[in-house]
Amino acid sequence: MASDYTAFFLLQDPNVRLVLAGTILIGIIAAITGCFTFLRKRALAGDAISHSVLPGVCLAFLFYGEKNPLVLMSGAIASGLLSLVLMEAVTRARLARPDTAIALMLSVFFGAGIVLLTAIQHQGNAAQAGLDKFLLGKAASITREDLQLIGLSACIIVGLIAVFFRGFYLISFDEDFAFSIGFRVKFLQFLLSVITVWTIAIGIQSTGVVLMAALLVTPALSARMWTDSVVRMVFIAGFFGALSGYVGAFISYTAPALPTGPWIVVSATLLAGISLAFAPGKGLVSRWAVHQKNRRKSTDENILKLFYQLIEKSGGAQHGLLEEDLINQRSFNLQTLRTGLKRLIRKGLVVQLAGVYSLSEAGMSAATRVVRLHRLWELYLQRYLHLEPDHVHDDAEAIEHVITPEIEQMLAEELGYPDKDPHQTNIPPETL
Amino acid sequence: MSFQVNDWWILLTTCAVSLCCVIPGTFLVLRRMAMYGDAISHAVLPGLVAAYLISGTKAGPGLLAGAASSGLLVTILIEFLQKKVKVQHDAAIGLVYTFLFAVGVIMVSQFAGMADIDQDCVLFGEIAFVPFDLIAGIPRQLLISTGLLLLLLLALWAGYRGLYLSTFDPGFAAAIGIQVIAWHYLLMAMVSLSTVIAFESVGAVLVIAFLVGPPATAALFSKRLPGMFLLGSLFAIVSSVAGYFLAMALDANVGGCVSLVIGVVFGISVLIRKYLFRE
Repeated sequence: MASDYTAFFLLQDPNVRLVLAGTILIGIIAAITGCFTFLRKRALAGDAISHSVLPGVCLAFLFYGEKNPLVLMSGAIASGLLSLVLMEAVTRARLARPDTAIALMLSVFFGAGIVLLTAIQHQGNAAQAGLDKFLLGKAASITREDLQLIGLSACIIVGLIAVFFRGFYLISFDEDFAFSIGFRVKFLQFLLSVITVWTIAIGIQSTGVVLMAALLVTPALSARMWTDSVVRMVFIAGFFGALSGYVGAFISYTAPALPTGPWIVVSATLLAGISLAFAPGKGLVSRWAVHQKNRRKSTDENILKLFYQLIEKSGGAQHGLLEEDLINQRSFNLQTLRTGLKRLIRKGLVVQLAGVYSLSEAGMSAATRVVRLHRLWELYLQRYLHLEPDHVHDDAEAIEHVITPEIEQMLAEELGYPDKDPHQTNIPPETL
Repeated sequence: MSFQVNDWWILLTTCAVSLCCVIPGTFLVLRRMAMYGDAISHAVLPGLVAAYLISGTKAGPGLLAGAASSGLLVTILIEFLQKKVKVQHDAAIGLVYTFLFAVGVIMVSQFAGMADIDQDCVLFGEIAFVPFDLIAGIPRQLLISTGLLLLLLLALWAGYRGLYLSTFDPGFAAAIGIQVIAWHYLLMAMVSLSTVIAFESVGAVLVIAFLVGPPATAALFSKRLPGMFLLGSLFAIVSSVAGYFLAMALDANVGGCVSLVIGVVFGISVLIRKYLFRE
């Protein structure tokens, strides 16, 4: 086993180089094409097309009598395109909704493929052996001829995408806009469909018809998590696709009996899982962190507000407060209050002396600002939305934590630098 | 071509399985969730294999539970991805079910020796083996699928109002106090169960033809739910019978032939509606 691994990683076996080149190329092409499938929200149609190439492959074999890669690929492309055309015709004629049309074409074409496949198998033609590798993929079956075809197709597909990149980019986001500035949308859509079907037709070598859709969409989805630029997305997706293809080749080499498609999909999905969880900005973890940060911020500001309100209530006389005073003013979870106070002390906004809490100078100014924002917003709601004074508090409670100094400035200006809120309490002046 | 007891068993089982699929399938089509059927039918595989491996048998409630729970798992995962990670709908479905199916296939190929299941069976089932697995002289598959059919009919009868309202007007249904989410999960459970039953006979991919084909064809002619069920059942039976004879004639896989016929029936129905029922 260990020698298998070294043989694989050192690329000693020419057959390894062949299979590896094939799966990596397929991974890259599928991921790049898949970016557009993903952006156009056609992932499920992609799935249907990949199931639909099976009858084409079988028919091509039946007519030609042997497994010539070019013939099989042409058959695959023909039946993939046919299913796509039928899908769109059925949807356009309002005979079925898009999801139903997709599901129907997927299963009927695949059913036809299975009928042909089993019929061919039962015929006992020796040349058919291995035709079923197109179901779940078998990277190890990639021959030199296959690789030539894959390489040539890859060059043409990448070339076409590079040439028509701007058009594809535009129709992925806004077809009407693309049309209005003079792009031939119908032609671009057709070309993109052909490229997608073609990609699927070469991809089934490694991944099989059943799981090919994942190779299109999963790397694109992962890439989308890392960037907002389509160009970068294409490159990142290509990288993820290549990695998945690499794993597929490795599995096929070390365990020749296993189908490679599922392994390629599992590795692509693991990459997607990592991206969905950890990508900066859009990932779950960073989304969660932002959420926590916002919660902490609003807790802190609510505590500061309590200080201000209590000081205001006592006419400025009371400066030191106990935990109970704060709790009595506003029903706070004691634990939340304590951690909040600790944070404020760390930030130097609150000072604690023998269980008595008071605001520092910086704390006073921060507290004043929150109260000012709250009351400015209440006044704004009353004056411009004509809300009753007793309806404005809850909204202000939420917005006070997000208003920026610029908006504060605009609000004050719009309201004419007021000094009373709708409840006739003072709006504190701007602090420096 | 001689028609024997075994053929009857296969034919009856195919019909029962396809009728099981019509009930949840109709709701899937109406709710524009046909691709959930696709997702669930692929995603029950790991649960099915795990249940095989644990219980060591193809029969039994453990199997149904395992598969049904992975059906629910896929629904929950898709919703999680859409709501919490903001993944677009189609990509969420595509990501989840291809992954679960891939895991299932890997389990099958790893433990092929231990369980009575192989890749071909996973992909397109083998209904032709139905007569070799008998309980009291009746094929196990036929018994199970008839039982499920009764269960589904019962669920349909008991939950008709909830399923009906939450399908056609979820907003109104929620407003009058119907638990729309609960009905959604009930429907997903129904889909999972029918999928599990159909799985062994027709395999993961062709289940979708059974779920979506007859209801989609029925929707061409009927705009009312009872009509859709009746027509859908009729189309399901016609396709099953015709598909079976086609399979015998071509010496090909039964599930594949029935799916092909389902497609043909849809095509003919489109033509009939276009030329005979011109509006």
